[in-house]
Amino acid sequence: MLKTLFSLELKSLFRSPTWKQNLWMRILIVFAILYFVLIFLSLGVGAYYIIEKADIGEPFEVINRYLIYYLGFDIVFRYMMQPMPVTNVQPLLYQNIKKATVVHFSMLKMLYSFFNWSHLFFLIPLSIILVVEGQPSGTTWLWSLSIYLLLLINNYLNVLVNQKNAVFAVVATLVLGSSGLQYFGVFDITTYTQVFFNALFERSWLVVPILMITLITYYAAFSHFRSLMYLDAGLAKKNERTISISENYFSRYGKLGLILRNDVALILRNKRARQAVFAGFFFIFYGLLFFTGAVEAYESDTWKLFAGIFVTGGFLFSFGQYVPSWDSQYYPLLMTQNITYLEYLKSKYTLIQVFTLATTILSSWYLIFGLEIFSYVLLGAIYNLTINSVIVLWGGAYVRTKIDLTSSKKAFGDKNAFNYRTLLLTLPKIALPLAIYGGFNYALGPLAAKISIVVVSIIGYFLKPFLFKTIISIYQKEKYETLKAYRS
Amino acid sequence: MINVSNLSKTYKDTTVLSIESLQLSKGEIIGLVGNNGAGKTTFFSLLLDLIKPSTGYIENNEIKVNESEVWKSTTAAFIDESFLIGYLTPEEYFSFIAGLRSVSKVDLELFLERFGTFFNEEILGKNKYIRDLSKGNQKKVGIAAAFIGAPELVILDEPFANLDPRAQMQLQNLLRQINQDLGCSIFVSSHDLLHVSELCQRILILNKGELVKDVTKGELSLDELRSFFMEEIAVTEEEPSTPLSADE
Repeated sequence: MLKTLFSLELKSLFRSPTWKQNLWMRILIVFAILYFVLIFLSLGVGAYYIIEKADIGEPFEVINRYLIYYLGFDIVFRYMMQPMPVTNVQPLLYQNIKKATVVHFSMLKMLYSFFNWSHLFFLIPLSIILVVEGQPSGTTWLWSLSIYLLLLINNYLNVLVNQKNAVFAVVATLVLGSSGLQYFGVFDITTYTQVFFNALFERSWLVVPILMITLITYYAAFSHFRSLMYLDAGLAKKNERTISISENYFSRYGKLGLILRNDVALILRNKRARQAVFAGFFFIFYGLLFFTGAVEAYESDTWKLFAGIFVTGGFLFSFGQYVPSWDSQYYPLLMTQNITYLEYLKSKYTLIQVFTLATTILSSWYLIFGLEIFSYVLLGAIYNLTINSVIVLWGGAYVRTKIDLTSSKKAFGDKNAFNYRTLLLTLPKIALPLAIYGGFNYALGPLAAKISIVVVSIIGYFLKPFLFKTIISIYQKEKYETLKAYRS
Repeated sequence: MINVSNLSKTYKDTTVLSIESLQLSKGEIIGLVGNNGAGKTTFFSLLLDLIKPSTGYIENNEIKVNESEVWKSTTAAFIDESFLIGYLTPEEYFSFIAGLRSVSKVDLELFLERFGTFFNEEILGKNKYIRDLSKGNQKKVGIAAAFIGAPELVILDEPFANLDPRAQMQLQNLLRQINQDLGCSIFVSSHDLLHVSELCQRILILNKGELVKDVTKGELSLDELRSFFMEEIAVTEEEPSTPLSADE
């Protein structure tokens, strides 16, 4: 039975319209996966020696101390990006297949997710190094197994948490809060958790209770999914309470207002769109990695600009990336009403501008790191407002991913509007300013580099009408292909 | 108002639609019938410039639909759910369409009164998103919205499907009334021969992508219309009947 389900899975993968269309996307994904595998590998191999060289304590002790953050950030990233196991369940409900089999299949499928196997590239070399450096091999491998099981617990917890934003907010606050407290030296959570991770090593039998807990979370996630397997439960369309949006405010902007009002409704009333906004908000904190000196490689100015672009451009990337896919469900309507592409794009553009401005204002708390740091946030904002907010619409014309706003047919619906594909598409929008900045910085110094970004932004601003014209002609050219992709 | 010339749509080697010449005049109710795969939806999609013709063109008010978008202000359609915005309430959806067609709020309300009994108190004031309505009610919303702003041509794909018997009757009357009052041309497709023969002033029959009959009302009775499809069945069933009889 599992074999049949597996072959269905393969078919749905290879026959999906996105698979057929985006060859370059797949290549990018492969490269990104390789990149992350390399990072994990080098962390696994290098962690021990880096810590030894930095002379901040016995390497194994230090690793045990900070493992809590490894696990903490793991669950946050999982929540943000790991796709839920999507199985098109409804047609299977009426067939002679046990519901439990379908659910088990979906759950086991998750083990093949990048978010699970990638950790092995960290843990295995790390354990080898530990053994080479004189730790007893049996207990080391059991320790390693315990850590991996804890990561699997994260995996299944994420399944449960994924349905509830509130739970995630609590976890994220705990992780961010405790790292903040530790950074400012108020409270150090790691002194307590270190004891726990040390114990995993010293008392190898602890792997047994951890295995039990893993099985329990598996079972909890299993029964959660199992309970959704009814037409009136997880597969049901939920009758939501309507959220009203004032008509008067938008009516003064004419046709643009009409479309804008729909876009606001789109964001407020659809979970996937809401999550894009949420992801955008999350990126405000992304700069912490760069501006606090937490990661040594990110110390250079060019990387700080990179951070600046991401901090203020979260919404731009997570939402703008998918224009016009957000409207995929009713694209034929838009194509037959008298709306011009310019009006349509202007509405999305306005939305992106408003959100980028809002995030810039929210990011002003980076001022506590000083004006110099904040200037990168501002530079990023300027570049996003003038150039990226237009370019992002350009990229959208080629994405053609159908977004199912309700995903009512899939019980375990793919709720993550923001995933690694989105991230990949952002690269071109970032490479250009970084190259300009890096070049000027190298040749003429940091001030000239900053000015160059401002100048490029101004040029971009004046090129806007021309850019819009180009983008519109692309949308027009792609119209039939886009309609076709959205239909299937 | 519609002029079709040399139109065809081909996917790889199969031609799904081929119409040499066809003119539709203003103010008529025109019915399009044919079996599944006859090319009805393909024809509608071509009329709305949702797919590209392989050869030929369609003119709407003497403007080729794939070259200019002027026709969008005088033409409306309801083909399927992809013409509805699921996360809006019916009222919001109507006012969105009305805004695009420059119909004032007051006029919109006046216009919607006409649909009072058709809506059967299940559409307006329910505070529900369109995606939470039943299939039949979604259809009602789409059909009503297509007529907002009195477009010259309204295209409806299978408007009677998914409606309950009472709503089907009401819809027939409504379409007739709107056609008389507003002078819209209405182009409907249907599998229900009875509805088509009662409602339409002109009937087109498509078969395997070709226009095989083009008759005005009175020229062809319901029985004749039926017998056309009966002949089809007779032709297709003759062939397998031979091996069966050989068994005896």
